[in-house]
Parts: sequence; C-alpha cells; structure tokens
Amino acid sequence: MELIIALLNGTLAAVGVYLLLDRNLFRILLGLALLAQAANLLVFTSAGLGDGSTPIIPKGAETLPAGHPDPLAQALVLTAIVISFGVLAFCITLLKQAHQRSGQSDVMALAKSQR
Amino acid sequence: MKPEHAAVLPILLPLAFSLLVMFGRGVVRYQRAVVVGAMGLNLFACTWLFQWVRREDVPLEISFGGWNAPVGIAFYVDLLSATMVLVTALIAFCGALYALGDVGRRTWGASYGFFLLLLITGINGAFLTNDLFNLFVWFEVMLMASFAMMALGRRRFTIEGTTKYVVINMVSSFFLLAGLGLLYGKAGNLNLNIIAERLGSSSDDPIILTSCALLLMAFGIKAGVFPLYFWLPASYPNTGFTSAAVFGGLLTKVGVYAFFRVFGGAFAFFSELTGDIFIIVGVATMITGVLGAASQMYIRKILSFHIISQIGYLILCLGLFTKGAFAAAIFYTVHHIIVKTNLFFVAGMIAKTGRAEDLNKLGGLMRSSPLLAVLFAIPALSLGGIPPLSGFFAKLFVIQEAFEVEAYLVATAALAVGLLTLFSMTKIWSEAFWKDSPRNSPLCRFPKIQLVPVAILCSITLFLGFGVGPSYQISEQAAEQLWNQNSTMALEEETQP
Repeated sequence: MELIIALLNGTLAAVGVYLLLDRNLFRILLGLALLAQAANLLVFTSAGLGDGSTPIIPKGAETLPAGHPDPLAQALVLTAIVISFGVLAFCITLLKQAHQRSGQSDVMALAKSQR
Repeated sequence: MKPEHAAVLPILLPLAFSLLVMFGRGVVRYQRAVVVGAMGLNLFACTWLFQWVRREDVPLEISFGGWNAPVGIAFYVDLLSATMVLVTALIAFCGALYALGDVGRRTWGASYGFFLLLLITGINGAFLTNDLFNLFVWFEVMLMASFAMMALGRRRFTIEGTTKYVVINMVSSFFLLAGLGLLYGKAGNLNLNIIAERLGSSSDDPIILTSCALLLMAFGIKAGVFPLYFWLPASYPNTGFTSAAVFGGLLTKVGVYAFFRVFGGAFAFFSELTGDIFIIVGVATMITGVLGAASQMYIRKILSFHIISQIGYLILCLGLFTKGAFAAAIFYTVHHIIVKTNLFFVAGMIAKTGRAEDLNKLGGLMRSSPLLAVLFAIPALSLGGIPPLSGFFAKLFVIQEAFEVEAYLVATAALAVGLLTLFSMTKIWSEAFWKDSPRNSPLCRFPKIQLVPVAILCSITLFLGFGVGPSYQISEQAAEQLWNQNSTMALEEETQP
C-alpha cells in the first residue's frame, strides 16, 4: 500500500511540475491543482497508513496503540485541502481575467501584450 | 490589559475591523475612517505588548482553548516577535494614511481596506505563532490578501505580474506544506519548541533532511533569496504604490523571520550544515540584487532589486550563526522595513509629481519640490549606509560580525554591495532631482496627506540612527532570547545521554 501511494504521490508531483512549466495558462492551472494534491497526499501519508480501525485510545492507556496512524495529520490535510481549494478558485478567476483582457493564453505572449 | 490579551489583539483587531469595513461597502469615507482607526488601535496594542515583553524579559506563551503545547496551538511571543509586530503595526498605520491620498475611490470601493486589514492579520499571525502548520495557515491568509491587493492595484500592467506572483507563491506554499508534512511524520508535532526537543540531534535522518530542504525552498521563495527571487521585481513595481510599499516592507521579511525562527531556532542543530548554505546564498543574493538594481531605470524596479540585496545581508547573518549576528540581523530588519517602505512611499510621490516612473522622463524635481528631495534623501542615504543614519549602523554591525568570525571575503562583499547601493540611490537622485526636466509638461502635486506617513518614517530612521545605543540594546536582548531558546535545547540534549 505504501509503495502504491508513494508512486502515486511521485507521479502527481511530476505531472504537476511538468504542466507548471508549460507556457499555456490553463496547463499552469492544472499543474498547480495537481501539485496541491501531491502535497496534501504527502501530509496524509506522512503519519502512516493504518489498518482502517478507529483511532480511539483504549481505556486506561495514554496513547494510541502502536501501529496506529496519527489522526491529527488527517485534520491538517482537511485544512490544507480547503485552503488549496480557495487559492485555486482565486487563481482560476485571475487567469480567466488575464485571458479575457489580453486574448492570450500563452504566458510569453501575455508578457508582451502587457508591455 | 493582560499580556495574553495584548498578544492576541494584533490578530483580532485587524480581523474584526476588516469585517466592519465590509459593512460599509461602497461608502468610501466610512471605510477609510475604519481602516485608519483600526491601524491606530493596532499600533497602540502592539506598542503595549512590545513594552511588556521588553520589561519582563521573558517570552510569553499562550495556548489557545486551554490546551497546552503538545495538543493545542501555541503562540510564542518573545522580543523578536513583539518587535516585528510593532514594526508591522507602524508600517500598517503609515500605509493606511498613505492610502488615503494614493488609492483611488474605485479601488477603495472594491474593498481595498478589507484586504489591507486582512494582510496585516496574516502577517501578525505569522510573527506570533509557534506552530508550523499555523504558520502555513497565516501565510495563506497573508498571501490571499496580497493577491487581491496586487490585482486591485492598477488597471493596466497588473495581471501579468500578479500571475507570476500568485503561481510562484502557490508553489512555495506546497513546498512548505510538503516539508511540514514530512516533519510531522517524524516528530509527531509541529510546535517549534517540541520539534527541537524530539528531533534531538538526528540531523542525518533522510526524512528530516528532505523536510529541511523543502522548508528551505519554501521560505527562500517567500523571502526572495538568490536563485528564487525573480518574481519580486516582476510583480512589485506593477501594483499600486501603497500596496508595493507595504509588500516591499513586510512580505519578504515574513519569509526571513520564518528562516530565523525555524533554522535559527528549531533546526538550530543543523547550523553546521545550513550555515555555509546561508552564507553563500546570502552573499549571492546581495550581489545579484544590487547589480540588478544598477541596470534599471524604473524607480520601483530599482527599489525592488534593493529589497533582494538587503535580504542577502539578513540571510548572511543567519549563516554566521552567532548571537551578535542575530542581533545585527534584527536591527537590520527593523531599519530595512522602515526605510524601504518609506522609499516606496516617496517613489509614489515622485511618480505623481513628475507623472512618470521612468528616470529618463523625470527631472527638475529639486527645483519644483525641494521638500520631496529632503524626504527622499533621508531614507536613500540611510539605505546607502551613510552615517549617522540607521543604515550605516545596520551595515556596520553585520560587517563587524563577519570580521568577528574571520569571514573577510564576506565582509568585503558586504562593503562593496553597500557602495553599489549608494550608486543606485545617487542615480535616482541625479536623474529625478538634479537634472533638468526633459519634458516641458507642468508638474502635478501629490496629496498633502502623504507627507504625514513619510515624515513619521523619516523621523524614525533618524531616531534609529541617532539613538542607536538603546535600539541596538533591544536587538541584543531579542537575539539573546532567540539564542537561549536554542541553547536550552542544546543543554537538554547534552544532559540526556
């Protein structure tokens, strides 16, 4: 399982970076979205992947039994997902504006048209 | 007022008032009053907090909701945080005053005040928190507000610069998130003090090293250090004058602050490894920044490149990693924020008076507005490092520390960069003020209200220069606290095995 997730994470990041390096605005946007997912997935997995049982501390114990993933990482990811969602929404609006005002979707052409 | 309350006010006040601004959408006069009032109150609260922390000389720890450090999110207000928050409040207050004259009615109507207050909320949060994930959240608050402010700035030219700024900052946020995620997996907590405790001296762990590299990239982009700074001169000169001044003063310094907190505090055990990186990066940033400025003819482009070159001095101080270097860095940061914001303010007034920002088109301002010339000369000479202004002492302290650790090459570079800075400033001076105006177009007047923030910041620069003793003493005290945070950890490490 860990291997699959690790490969998935690497693929997401690689595709994200590849798209980000493109000159087309919309591919940049997609690249950002994928990179966001890669980062989120990394935080999610960093606390470990459990066996699917509920992370409740048993009576009398002070911590979770060994081998249990830390549920706090998932709470962190929730926050991070919401944040990246918001920022991406802003980004879409911005790039749409850039496209509409200049009629360009190419970054280099956009830079020239603004000069 | 309890100190715990005062420590939360720098966040609560701007946040609450930003909501108040939204109640009066479209009523520009009301919005302006609310923003200036909020910044004034915030300045008052921050001064109180600063005084308290300085007098008591103990860092203030606040756990929210009564949950203590390993569980809850904690704020940690030492003198460094308090100083940064105070300077932020000062810049925010001056920015609000300047915006009264600079920002147009349409932009105010588009909730400019709301975003300005939100930006200050985010910056203050980043300065006060002691939790890495919380830092990430405050970074996002700050960035969202700055994205909006940048796009609101001017109608033309803004979109391209904003796009670069938004994309690179999002990438930096992902680096930060990935870095802190890996760190969480290893340390099980993101409170900076606890990270330092738990990691101990496991500095050769590959996951920690990866996380360290990711954080280095994330903060490096935000601070605008050597190969990662290209977004800064592309975006700052294209936005409004108030936005550029506030961004130029504060945003990159939040990145530098994060560097000091994380790599000077929690990751201090890495200092042998990171020290050389920081010294090399710092010197490269200094030199490339100042050379970039020398080749520009557009006032705010010159100033933007100088932000980069000054960031180099600060990163260099982190690389030297001595208590004295930290003190020098803190003094330098305060000086730099005030002077840089002031220069951007004056650049706005120059552009308004001469109706151009291109130095080739400007001229004759010395004759037409001598007051402006004086107000430009004070921060410009201070940036260039002319005694007895604050910039001279800031550079002196840094170079002294470099000599102290026998880094003579570094000290030479720092001196040369200082000289080139002066060259850029004299370039603006002789082109905009001394030479005759190349055009016969009549000059405009800048709004009188803009003189107030510039005069305030000028007098503070003079105060920092003439009152260098007490102000450096405060920097030393702040550096001492930051240093002790490391050394107590170091002591614990030594006693454990």
